[in-house]
Amino acid sequence: MPELVLPDRLRGVEPVRSIRTPARLDYEFTAGRATSRFLRGVAEKRLLGQRCPVCRKVYVPPRGACPTDGVPTEEEVELGHTGTVTTFCVVNVQFYGQAMELPYVSALILLDGSDLPIMHLLQEVSADDVHMGMRVEAVWVPDDEIEPTLESIRYFRPNGEPDAPWDSYKDNV
Amino acid sequence: MSDVEVMIAPNVIEYPFRRTTGPVIGAFFTALREGFVVGVRGSDGRVIVPPAEYDPVTAEELTEIVEVGDAGEVVSWAWVAESLDGHPFDRPFAFALVKLDGADTPMLHAVDVAAAEQMRTGMRVAARWRPARPGADDEVAEGVRYREGHIADIECFVPEGDR
Repeated sequence: MPELVLPDRLRGVEPVRSIRTPARLDYEFTAGRATSRFLRGVAEKRLLGQRCPVCRKVYVPPRGACPTDGVPTEEEVELGHTGTVTTFCVVNVQFYGQAMELPYVSALILLDGSDLPIMHLLQEVSADDVHMGMRVEAVWVPDDEIEPTLESIRYFRPNGEPDAPWDSYKDNV
Repeated sequence: MSDVEVMIAPNVIEYPFRRTTGPVIGAFFTALREGFVVGVRGSDGRVIVPPAEYDPVTAEELTEIVEVGDAGEVVSWAWVAESLDGHPFDRPFAFALVKLDGADTPMLHAVDVAAAEQMRTGMRVAARWRPARPGADDEVAEGVRYREGHIADIECFVPEGDR
């Protein structure tokens, strides 16, 4: 790189090497009808999915239509509060805005009765012991703190059941 | 299912990026922090402000950093009747292209006047600088934004007579 020719006043001062360029998106999230029903269910400690009339898959949280068949998913299905870890990520790296102590485990959990895993936090288990097929259960916030958000489930934890067989979740990894 | 009231929630996504400047753009921000403005001399002798890293005609690397004035002429402008988040003011102001004395290209910045009637193409404006950062032993005033090497080190431009 060629040398810069600087005016006297810039010689011998500490150069600026980077500048702040924050990006901020401030907007309103509209849940849509299907997800609104789901979130109102969460506020009652119920997990409600929707089944596709063509492929019979149960989606949670529901978006109101099947992405494969392109048809409305009108049949509502109540799901259990237990599920199976399909895949997971052990987070060891600090990042901006992070509220959790390291390391923690973020997992995709296939709720019993559903065909699409949700992402949530795993706790009460060492990161080293988390594995695919692990059976887990939802731990809810106290009843008077429940709101229409998935954060009303504080985390999932192992429920002590034997691991789920691979065939029960192999289509979801 | 059509009887469901749709839920709406506020959502904010924020990325605290920093961008590396490289030496040429870095010289521009260093000068702002020190309270003056620099450009770069192009192959045709024109002074480009803010400095470009590569010549707009020949695409050669540019290396001659040149100090220019901190006052100049409004080349064009737009009135902002309702300011938005992230704008330099929460009141009406103008965005203007200002050709600084000694520069051959105009630079975008804000002009602080009360009404659009006070703006005109060709008017003279001058930079209103934020204060220099105090030394390590000096007192730091509460709520004051000091110069840090950022385009906002020039708070805005004002009509030259008002500076």
